[in-house]
Amino acid sequence: MSTPPLTELIIQISYLIATALFILALKWLSSPTTARRGVWAGELGMFLAIGGTLLNHEIVEYKWIVIALVLGSIIGVPLGLVHMTAVPQRTALSHAFGAFCVTLVGTAEFYLRSPHIPAFMMAVLSMEVILGSLTFTGSLMAAGKLQEVLPQRPITYKGQNLVNLTLLAVAVGIAVYLVVHPDHKQLFPFMIGIPLVFGVMMIVPIGGADMPTVISLLNSYAGLSAAAMGFVLDSKLLIIAGALDGSSGFILSVIMSKAMNRSFTNVLFGAFGQVQPAAAGAQEARTVRSATAEEAAGILAAASTVVIVPGYGMAVAQAQHKVRELYDALTKRGVDVKFGIHPVAGRMPGHMNVLLAEADVPYDKLLDMEAVNPEFPQTDVALIIGANDVTNPAARTDRSSPIYGMPILDVDKAKTVMVIKRSMNPGFAGIDNPLYYDQKTLMLFGDAKGFVGEIVRELGHGGHA
Amino acid sequence: MSLDLTTSLYVFMLAGFIGFEVIRRVSPLLHTPLMSLTNALDAIAIVGAIVLAGAHRSTLTTVLATVAVVAAMSNVVGGFLITDRMLKMFKSSKPKKP
Repeated sequence: MSTPPLTELIIQISYLIATALFILALKWLSSPTTARRGVWAGELGMFLAIGGTLLNHEIVEYKWIVIALVLGSIIGVPLGLVHMTAVPQRTALSHAFGAFCVTLVGTAEFYLRSPHIPAFMMAVLSMEVILGSLTFTGSLMAAGKLQEVLPQRPITYKGQNLVNLTLLAVAVGIAVYLVVHPDHKQLFPFMIGIPLVFGVMMIVPIGGADMPTVISLLNSYAGLSAAAMGFVLDSKLLIIAGALDGSSGFILSVIMSKAMNRSFTNVLFGAFGQVQPAAAGAQEARTVRSATAEEAAGILAAASTVVIVPGYGMAVAQAQHKVRELYDALTKRGVDVKFGIHPVAGRMPGHMNVLLAEADVPYDKLLDMEAVNPEFPQTDVALIIGANDVTNPAARTDRSSPIYGMPILDVDKAKTVMVIKRSMNPGFAGIDNPLYYDQKTLMLFGDAKGFVGEIVRELGHGGHA
Repeated sequence: MSLDLTTSLYVFMLAGFIGFEVIRRVSPLLHTPLMSLTNALDAIAIVGAIVLAGAHRSTLTTVLATVAVVAAMSNVVGGFLITDRMLKMFKSSKPKKP
């Protein structure tokens, strides 16, 4: 059964090189100029690792491996070719696949080794399958919500956290029992089944606006379960890849939770997405100023600096290509156009950047929150397309606001603010936005794609400079 | 705890720190490709599944591991493909390379 020394050496060297390539892949991702090299490094690393593994002498039959590799590739290609607007659900789905793989291998390992499993081994194996199975169903739920086959609205009930924590506690309790008594095979299915249920329950109370945090968190769980699998199989390559993925998801979760002003414990326990109280009903009828596309085009053409703030509404309306046309039309007139992108704009980290890059907006015009906020006082027009809470000045000033303390884009410091919005209905979180009643704000009522299109047409007529 | 497991714990800890330092430097611009790339790399779990699928220890493990290879391989192919597609779209407004 054991592999000859030379082959073993080749396998280990291929794993070692693969590990180095994986770290380089992430390092090269630090800048858009080197990022594609990172993908190639990752691909080469993966090729070496799989190639090395196929030399393993424990393998006596290749039939199933080949069938599985081919089948996996056939499924993978369409998943790699989805439309850019579908990237969040695709990502959630791939977290589910990754976690599924880890859970299956963990299960197989348990039944192979039981009842002779040392305590530490059983502990990491339990962690592998618990994290794996809750990530599997959790990610499927997230993908379903993002694809809108499941209701996007958060579903909450009394005692939800208690139910969820109890489920998790029972699963951990079973794991502890199995560590002490690894021969009780009949308990193992429960250690998978309960986290499977927990994964569903965990995502039930999550609404669309919380998705960036949730996806990052699931990413981290998927990585940690793979690392645990590395401990079980004593594979350093897997431990390192899992740790890299785990820390990546962890960092993104922290960035996202900070950007939503949520504490990290709040995120860790999945206790987010609580229903925000509806905006206080005591507000008097306040007046808003609205403008037509013609007027908006005139103001934009007369500006020298414009910052466009896109949000999920832009993605929903598929308006990114029209926004690019607007960018082109204004740039041609000598207007300096930039984009201000909030970390949680959209449904996953970096979502807006990908959509705008797809529409051929140059990436050096896409500024993150820290970079763009100092620019607003010198900005003539801030144009908000499909974003709401991330521009709400109440987050800075109103202690009673549910989003108080959340870092926002300081669009209200621009000389003129224009907001493209369907109606005066408050956004997803149901929080009123005082920005809309500001003296310098113009509301542009309409569909994001249609309205931006009209502005572009007006600019094309050229009579408004 | 055996020596092997101790070594593994050190490896895990060091890889965690490396991951933290390397990923901290990734531009927020590329957070979506970062997630799809780490996802593809995470599918390295395929190496464990491949050995198990071919080792033919029992019908149960062969079935479980074969399905696991399918799941992981779809992440490998899909993950690298979409990451590359995304990164190809990021273009600078400055002509050519500086």
